[in-house]
Amino acid sequence: MSATAAPAVSAPAISPGAPVGWKVPATLSVLAVVALVVFGFLGSAQTAEFGISASGDAFALPALRVPGMATSIVLGVLMAGLAAWSVWLKLQGRRTPGWAGPVFAVMFVFSFLVWVVASARTPSISLAGLIAGAVTLAVPLVFGSLSGVLCERSGVVNIAIEGQLLGGAFTAAIVASVTRSPALGLVAAAVAGALVSMVLAVFSIRYLVNQIIVGVVLNVLVSGLTGFLFTTVMQEDPELFNSPGRLPILEIPVLSAIPILGPILFKQSVVGYLMYIAVAVVWLGLFKTRWGLRLRAVGEHPKAADTLGIRVNATRFWNVTLGGAIAGIGGSFFTLVAIDSFTKEISGGRGFIALAALIFGRWNPIGAFFAALLFGFADNLQAILTIIGTPVPSQFMAMMPYLVTVFAVAGLVGRSRPPAAEGIPYVKG
Amino acid sequence: MAHKENGGVVKLELQGISKAFGSFYANQDIDLTVEERQIHCLLGENGAGKSTLMNVLYGLYEPTSGRILVDGRPVRFAGPGDAMAAGIGMVHQHFMLVPVFTVAENVALGAEATRGAGLLDLDVTRTRIREISARYGFDVDPDALVEDLPVGVQQRVEIIKALVREAKVLILDEPTAVLTPQETDELLDIMRQLRASGTSIVFISHKLREVKAVSDVITVIRRGKVVGDAAPGASPSELAAMMVGRPVSLSLDKAPAAPGETTFEVTGLTVTAPNGTRAVDGLSFAIARGEILAVAGVQGNGQTELTEAILGLQEHVSGSVRLEGQELLGRSVKEVLRAGVGFVPEDRTVDGLVGPLSVAENLVLDLYDREPYARGIGMRPAEVRANASQRVEEFDIRTPSPEAAAGTLSGGNQQKVVMARALSRPLKLFIASQPTRGVDVGSVEFLHRRIVAERDGGTPVLIVSTELDEVLELADRIAVLYKGRLVGIVPAGTPRDVLGLMMAGVTPPKAETDAEAAAEHAAEAAAADAAQAEESPRPTRDSEGGTL
Repeated sequence: MSATAAPAVSAPAISPGAPVGWKVPATLSVLAVVALVVFGFLGSAQTAEFGISASGDAFALPALRVPGMATSIVLGVLMAGLAAWSVWLKLQGRRTPGWAGPVFAVMFVFSFLVWVVASARTPSISLAGLIAGAVTLAVPLVFGSLSGVLCERSGVVNIAIEGQLLGGAFTAAIVASVTRSPALGLVAAAVAGALVSMVLAVFSIRYLVNQIIVGVVLNVLVSGLTGFLFTTVMQEDPELFNSPGRLPILEIPVLSAIPILGPILFKQSVVGYLMYIAVAVVWLGLFKTRWGLRLRAVGEHPKAADTLGIRVNATRFWNVTLGGAIAGIGGSFFTLVAIDSFTKEISGGRGFIALAALIFGRWNPIGAFFAALLFGFADNLQAILTIIGTPVPSQFMAMMPYLVTVFAVAGLVGRSRPPAAEGIPYVKG
Repeated sequence: MAHKENGGVVKLELQGISKAFGSFYANQDIDLTVEERQIHCLLGENGAGKSTLMNVLYGLYEPTSGRILVDGRPVRFAGPGDAMAAGIGMVHQHFMLVPVFTVAENVALGAEATRGAGLLDLDVTRTRIREISARYGFDVDPDALVEDLPVGVQQRVEIIKALVREAKVLILDEPTAVLTPQETDELLDIMRQLRASGTSIVFISHKLREVKAVSDVITVIRRGKVVGDAAPGASPSELAAMMVGRPVSLSLDKAPAAPGETTFEVTGLTVTAPNGTRAVDGLSFAIARGEILAVAGVQGNGQTELTEAILGLQEHVSGSVRLEGQELLGRSVKEVLRAGVGFVPEDRTVDGLVGPLSVAENLVLDLYDREPYARGIGMRPAEVRANASQRVEEFDIRTPSPEAAAGTLSGGNQQKVVMARALSRPLKLFIASQPTRGVDVGSVEFLHRRIVAERDGGTPVLIVSTELDEVLELADRIAVLYKGRLVGIVPAGTPRDVLGLMMAGVTPPKAETDAEAAAEHAAEAAAADAAQAEESPRPTRDSEGGTL
């Protein structure tokens, strides 16, 4: 296959004779049957209650109360209809339109929620709490995936997100504890993340070591190092070394009282607000500025960038470093916002979920943000469902975020295109 | 060796440039002067060191010794940025364009206009692109994605990139390799236009016809050294002899084909690409014993998929491929090879050879598990060695020893290894894709003779080449592919410009509705067929054509 421009083959238009796959119709059909049978016919007839307003809201909206089995059956029939339509289209040789997937997904998730809530011991959950918690859990994921976006868009694979998060979390805790200033802890977290990233950058860019191996080794290294310092230093004198204190939650008056959206957008810690700013800035920077154009160029076609006088390896080095700093800030969330102390492995594999979010979000900051939200949602849902007592064993619930990750990345992403030069060191000549 | 025949201002001088990679000198003591408003051609074989020299000039390589002068002042280029600042622009053989960027983004990259705070101002770039497009008659949309553009247009984007940076000297590295004959002519016109507007051009090529058509001065390079200068009026054989260092026969003088029974038939062959497009779309053709069918077309129009489908390397293939009555489709590659198909893949380094393995081992890659090279589960190294020394001699493979790693050989010798392997057993069909790509002129001649010898031995031969010269040289009949479809099959004597149009997808006149034209053409074709079969042994060729 020649990689050089092929006018005939690279033409974007899909010829009318292009085959329409069975993937979409088949997937929809199977899921529709599952939803109809399991959520519907085997569901509980209890009424499920979804609270919409929280206690501090400006005005209260009534809770949504739906009969469990009936709702799931109705949704199941709708989904079966959609699946049947998709099959019919396939038989006509036509494609299922793009909106069908998301609409189906929303119905499926809601049907699942109704089923699981209705069959719980206390058939009531708060939607506001569910979503606010999802955002909270997504914060480190978002920072981690932004780090990945910067590194990978510039052509360096970043498996070390986990190490960057963990390094940030540890450094934030120890610096904030010693200086008695969570703000300094936040800055230190960024520096720590950047340092972890610099190791990745030096080895992968300067010494051309396999980037995946460096990343994996870094994760192990940071995990070991922080674990060692935790037991030898922090646990010796937790008062001095492991009580960072929390960053305050800054509530914006009036706006924070809007139901559902208020707490998400206007009742956050500094780190939470920084997350929104970071997503916007990275997106804007990547696609609207000179910096972003050059960053993407060295990740797509470094030689072309080089022939235009752009210093490829320097560009990569500094963007990888910047990515690490962003991930470091994300790490501080664990020790300065979520809880006010460090424990071993506090990042708990979220760096890898961030990696998945980055791919699911197709290397786009906004895509990665929503992907991270989805994973945060799955994570929070399993926590809440365990609390309200569903008949599903909690071990299965605990699997949910990871199942969602695997299916999201494998099934829904399809052929997304990573930066062309990702993972390939650039050597002149 | 400064030439002053134009009396123009000296723009660019290279003095005593040498560039060594380890102990190997890619360039040795090269002097070159490019005058203002001149098209200066660097002519040389593949691997002669032309591209290395230009990469030195463009600041991509640091010269081992020697100096560069611009307008008489010595300059040192630490990188392409310095070269661009000095007014030197380069269009690389493999385009330096980011495929997922728009034209404007590609042109802006590295010299971006901003609105302050680093915010891109692509409108400035768009305006410049439109200005330049208007001046030179390019039809380039600044907001098109580069990967969606045809190769010819991508090349114009490259030229725009250099012009936006106000290049006074433009280096074009093998610019015609990817173009149809018509696009090539357009490019030559653009070059003349650029010269008229004050840009001098360094034109790197190994194609004599183009070089003679457009150059003011020709400098010939061989094995890293300047052989001498030639005037554009020099004859092709003179130029070729300078390139190669010995007299070369530019024409093959092959005997007329004596087609026998038709044993290879392809019917309705369709290959669906992963993106759903049809890479090969309903191809039907047949080849007789003792006949060469050459497939012409611009790179990427389904040639790769066609040969790979016959061999069983492609998925999603429908239709029928029959060799001596046996269906080949649906069989494994090994079965197809065992059925008597010899295959030379288009990229020897990727698909043709296992670089780290020895020449001897590479020569038996297709038969290694059979007698006499294997017995039971064991190999028989003595047999492998014996076979190797025989092939090395027969195909004149220049290798230190049959035990040398195949990857260390020169391109031409690697190709001889691939060819020797394919031709070392009795064949019922021989397929060669790009049989002489990146091969020195001397080896081209040899490889072409071997292909014709295979034909004369009574094997149907399918050649795929993107070099029209090669197609014209070898073909008994020519099939032209465009976007996976067969535009037509024409006799070997078909003029170059007709083939050029066909390569751009224009159906030959016989398909036109004009009955008269059709009849005329049919008569012509018949005459040509007859001539080819009975009288004239050689296809009519462009007077200046060479297979270089």
